[in-house]
Amino acid sequence: MTALVKVRDLRMHFPINSGLLRRQTGAVKAVDGVSFDILEGETLGLVGESGCGKSTCGRAVLRLYDITGGTIEIDGRAIEHLSQSDLRQMRTTMQMVFQDPQASLNPRMTVGAIIGEPLLEHTNLSRAEREEQVQVLMDQVGLNRAFVNRYPHEFSGGQRQRIGIARALALNPKFIVCDEPIAALDVSIQAQVVNLLEELQDRLGLTYLFISHDLSMVRHIADRVAVMYLGKVVELAPRDALYDAPLHPYTEALLSAVPEPDPALAGQKKGRIVLQGDVPSPANPPEGCNFCTRCPRVMDVCRRIDPEFREVAPGHWAACHLHDAEYNANAGQTA
Amino acid sequence: MPDGDTRNVLEVNDLSTVFQTRGGAVHAVNSVSFHVKPGELLGVVGESGSGKSVTMMSLIGLLPSPPAEVRSGEVLLDGEDLLKVSPERLRDVRGGEIGFIFQDPMTSLNPVFNVGFQIMEPIRRHMGLSKAQARERAVELLELVGIPGARARLTDYPHQFSGGMRQRVMIAIALACDPKVLIADEPTTALDVTIQAQILEIVDDLRAKLGMAIVWITHDLGVVAGIADRVMVMYGGQVVEHAPVHPLFNDPRHPYTRALLKTIPSVSGARAKKLQVIEGQPPILGAAPVACPFRDRCPLVFDRCHQQNPLREDVGAGHDVACFHPLAQTGREAVA
Ligand SMILES: Nc1ncnc2c1ncn2[C@@H]1O[C@H](COP(=O)(O)OP(=O)(O)OP(=O)(O)O)[C@@H](O)[C@H]1O
Ligand SMILES: Nc1ncnc2c1ncn2[C@@H]1O[C@H](COP(=O)(O)OP(=O)(O)OP(=O)(O)O)[C@@H](O)[C@H]1O
Ligand SMILES: [Mg+2]
Ligand SMILES: [Mg+2]
Repeated sequence: MTALVKVRDLRMHFPINSGLLRRQTGAVKAVDGVSFDILEGETLGLVGESGCGKSTCGRAVLRLYDITGGTIEIDGRAIEHLSQSDLRQMRTTMQMVFQDPQASLNPRMTVGAIIGEPLLEHTNLSRAEREEQVQVLMDQVGLNRAFVNRYPHEFSGGQRQRIGIARALALNPKFIVCDEPIAALDVSIQAQVVNLLEELQDRLGLTYLFISHDLSMVRHIADRVAVMYLGKVVELAPRDALYDAPLHPYTEALLSAVPEPDPALAGQKKGRIVLQGDVPSPANPPEGCNFCTRCPRVMDVCRRIDPEFREVAPGHWAACHLHDAEYNANAGQTA
Repeated sequence: MPDGDTRNVLEVNDLSTVFQTRGGAVHAVNSVSFHVKPGELLGVVGESGSGKSVTMMSLIGLLPSPPAEVRSGEVLLDGEDLLKVSPERLRDVRGGEIGFIFQDPMTSLNPVFNVGFQIMEPIRRHMGLSKAQARERAVELLELVGIPGARARLTDYPHQFSGGMRQRVMIAIALACDPKVLIADEPTTALDVTIQAQILEIVDDLRAKLGMAIVWITHDLGVVAGIADRVMVMYGGQVVEHAPVHPLFNDPRHPYTRALLKTIPSVSGARAKKLQVIEGQPPILGAAPVACPFRDRCPLVFDRCHQQNPLREDVGAGHDVACFHPLAQTGREAVA
């Protein structure tokens, strides 16, 4: 299979301005050198702690920002330098479901108008066809057709998120960045939406970048998973390899912290790794490996040299000195 | 939960809220009752649109009226009925005695004020601190919720924060004045497990140290299992089941609760091909309920469910359920 999305060394830095003259005095390195491919028809999960740069990465890939550096190729087309008007044409190919449903829906438009807007802009459907299509989309995401003339504020948080999903699906895009698409939904509707995304993928060959902090859901939906920490991807692997045998200590810690939905088991979970210390600020990342300030298996070298992101096992990438040949033996002892 | 203190700091009886919209009425909350004691944590779970947020917002007058109308009920905060107090008193209660974490941080944070101002403002108003003291408290609070480089971020605006950071700012604001009751509406949805764990720890601490009572709305059953003393399950604007956390997870009685517990995927064990869902659509809530709201999706439905709305009935110690079916009365063994 070919890669639909190719991202190389993507960087997105936000300027920090301070002082009376608001001069730039630094930068928030929200995304700092990220590379990955997403194959056609595949779902790449993107996980990591709050503030590590997942949303920024997703938005940068779709060029919702003018990026600081790197290259992005989508469906064979380099888009890192495209102008906003050229990008507009690309919007039928690539879409986004936003993390903050409220902020991304126009409060003065009815749900029908919101979902139908992309159809109005990018297709020649008649009014009746459009209305029919809107209703089909509402069915697909589990919104009652009877609500078509309601306004966004008249919905619950979870219902609003589904409006955003229906809208993103309207143009049958090839590639969708889903930024926490299910975080606001209850479990049953999460399952409905995830099943829906999977069905659409099977039927239409959709490709997803699925951003989430919910590791159990990502395990369900993703084919491969990338783990981000402080602006960088620290591990990327096929789903089972990542969950069964994580190579990066950060991934290990993340997996061990997932809460158990059963009070009988709660508290019994063995080997829970609680990370010490605060997440460093992306405006001021540490010397060496970004994770060295909190890593339970930190070595001297980690505080000096930023580990290279490399293929440690076939298809399994990690950026960690524990997997360097010279530290491997050492790693065995500390483990 | 500290024993001995058995009074309810918050007690809600028979609360009903209706929206009048152009498209007709929406009966979002129907005769909801619950209570919390100091230091106790009540988890609230339920289908999207089941009225969790509207219930909590009704308590302290956060819904614009019209279209919202609180039709009946009482909301007793230490015995004082908040549905009857003056608007000034209610403003004092909000952000003072009752802290509220909103589901949607972007709409409740003001985009034109920096985050520092938004945290300091209630501290100065409710606690009477000076500007400098309030700033120190704001830094302390942001650090508490794990915002890196807290002091430098006071002058940042909400859009400069990530989704989860905004949520943590909201948490900081809600905790700012050491409230008696904290109402947290999906407070950790945007947070990853590690930061979530950190927040849960803070909350546990506040419960133990300050005796803060907490109402925690979430769809994350793993979180509820870990932190709640009791759990209330909502469906179609009503409380359909309520129990201490252990029986709720191990001996759920309402068919909706049972279905809900089956839908959770896991990080370990076999990976299901397709996730389990509860088939069918939630009710439209166009009128006050006259039949069981879950009837159209219920595997156990029978005649009576179409004719009457079941009331909550005790089925065990502190465990009640609103269901006519005999299996709801008998419990797990009989179901298998
Ligand atoms: N302003 C409004 N006008 C009309 N209907 C409303 C309004 N606000 C909420 N509703 C309706 O009231 C019902 C309850 O909404 P509420 O926000 O309490 O749900 P919820 O349980 O919090 O759901 P979620 O888990 O998705 O946040 C929903 O059916 C919603 O559509
Ligand atoms: N417009 C902006 N200006 C300045 N800094 C920003 C801006 N947008 C994001 N940031 C910063 O970039 C970092 C990464 O933010 P991002 O929203 O990508 O995180 P995230 O991984 O999506 O987190 P979450 O899980 O909480 O949504 C954060 O430190 C955030 O404060
Ligand atoms: Mg985000
Ligand atoms: Mg809600």
